[in-house]
Amino acid sequence: MRRGFLESTTMGFARAITRVMLSERTARQRGLLQSLDPRVRVVGLFALLLAATVSRRLSVIAAVLAVAIALAVFSRVSLFGLAKRVWLVVLAFTGVIALPAIFVTPGHPVAHLGNATITEQGLRAAALLVLRVETAVTFSTLLVLCTPWSHVLKALRALGLPREAISMLAMTYRYVFLLVETATQMLDSRRSRTVGVLPPAEQRRMAARTAGVLLSKSLATGNDVYLAMQSRGFQGEVQVLSTFSLTLWDYIALLLFLLAASVAMWMGR
Amino acid sequence: MHIPDGYLSPSTCAVLYAGAAAGWYSALKRLQRMLLARVIPLISVFAAFSFVIMMFNLPLPGGTTGHALGVAIAAIVLGPSGAILALSLAIAIQALFFGDGGISTLGANCFNMAIVGSLAAYGVYRMIAARAALASKRRVVAAAVAGYLAVSASALLAAIEFGIQPMLFHDASGTPLYAPYRLSVAIPAMMIGHLTFAGLAEAAISAGVLAYLQVADPVLLRGTSGCEASCESIELQPASHALRQLWIAIAALMLLTPLGILAAGTAWGEWAPAQLAHAAAQAPSATSPAQAAPAGLQRLANLWTAPFPAYAPGFVKSRSFGYLLSAMFGIGVLLCFSLSAQYLLRRRRRKGTPV
Repeated sequence: MRRGFLESTTMGFARAITRVMLSERTARQRGLLQSLDPRVRVVGLFALLLAATVSRRLSVIAAVLAVAIALAVFSRVSLFGLAKRVWLVVLAFTGVIALPAIFVTPGHPVAHLGNATITEQGLRAAALLVLRVETAVTFSTLLVLCTPWSHVLKALRALGLPREAISMLAMTYRYVFLLVETATQMLDSRRSRTVGVLPPAEQRRMAARTAGVLLSKSLATGNDVYLAMQSRGFQGEVQVLSTFSLTLWDYIALLLFLLAASVAMWMGR
Repeated sequence: MHIPDGYLSPSTCAVLYAGAAAGWYSALKRLQRMLLARVIPLISVFAAFSFVIMMFNLPLPGGTTGHALGVAIAAIVLGPSGAILALSLAIAIQALFFGDGGISTLGANCFNMAIVGSLAAYGVYRMIAARAALASKRRVVAAAVAGYLAVSASALLAAIEFGIQPMLFHDASGTPLYAPYRLSVAIPAMMIGHLTFAGLAEAAISAGVLAYLQVADPVLLRGTSGCEASCESIELQPASHALRQLWIAIAALMLLTPLGILAAGTAWGEWAPAQLAHAAAQAPSATSPAQAAPAGLQRLANLWTAPFPAYAPGFVKSRSFGYLLSAMFGIGVLLCFSLSAQYLLRRRRRKGTPV
């Protein structure tokens, strides 16, 4: 059955909240990545992601993907969940994009499919794209899954992001949930008063009205927050607590991450 | 339109991070003129709103659905600087905490959607809405067109970024290392979807929200209305800044002109007689191909010789520098023409004014 604006949007909200709750739960488990200092985690995973992006050899990218899978296993991240959430989704999306490249990339012909010619260069280009995207998205998902958002923010602050930006990211993240909840309540209350299927034009009008009301509510909330900040004596100076300290294990892990990334970049050049 | 990790080369990502950083810095500097305590919650809550809007699944004509960006609404309510920061925050939250869009491509996504999208939406809205009344239908149309064109501009930019990958990054055998399609494929492939579904979704939500605000909360539209009442604006927008932005955009376009060197062959329909004859001879055709250029074309071809043939003055050795010089010369000629026309029109108007 085709879902209307109300159903599909509330389902999208529910999916997003479920994903975040799953991430927060995975991030608080005991595991390899979770045991590391968040700064080491951010730098290390980003270095490996960069290595996968820079590398020009399929075998090297496959080896980096194997490292990502090993990290996921030791960090107690479900491989089934990773396959469902990342690998199959990327394969479907990037696979469809990469498929025509097999035929349209000029190069040495290796096979014919009707009038179309499959080229060696086309096959390699498609394989490179799919494998590279799979590997890179696996690393970014591992970072999201294994790091609570407060740690990501502190790590970004430690890595030099301005305080104002950190403060805005933190506040945005917090208010995303408030607004998602508000929007869900608005849509649910509308659903409870709707009988039958609304025509698309009416659904568009409803979406615009909901967005408009949400906008007014958002700005009113922004104003309330501003007044609350004023009442607490905010002077424009943003303070971010950063209580991380690196242990010997963190230094070793950072060294291993950077070494693995450097080797992959050198071998994949 | 959210580019995932792995589609763009690291150097492309680095350049676009640098471009985005310049946009963020400039937007933050402009907003810091207001109280920081006022800006932080306003932008943050608006970013959260943009995030939620991006999850709206809008029904479109033809039975399909599409997601909007909310870029035009952000630009209309907050102005371009506020919109750049709010949308960038929403895109960053999507990438860092929800895994939508890449981390290495975060700069590219922010540059395409938050920076170019916001500036395009704001410029188009102000141009079409002009000084129309806040409750005017013209503003609804302006918001719809602004949303549609902003999404199209962002998509075009993403398509260009994809399209230049195989030209710049391939191995010795010619295998593309990143996005594999050239501009001639990447641009139509991206634009078909965005000129239809995504563009329509953005136009619908922009027009709908603006129409709602006209009735329910018109104060929110004053900031970028261009009317005198804008003294209550959320963002201050001096007129000189709009002109400065235009100059910056022109300078950026001029610096991008050497991109033309990347294109292979001659632009379609811009052949010299010899090239036309060659192309005609090469073309497989049921009818007998022309062996020479038409006589009329041969006769008229020498009527005018360009001062800078192929965008490269004879005395310049570097092709990139030749492109830049040609761009500067072209813009200079257009400016002289525009200023002269403006001067003549003013004189005529002054003469026509009764004393």
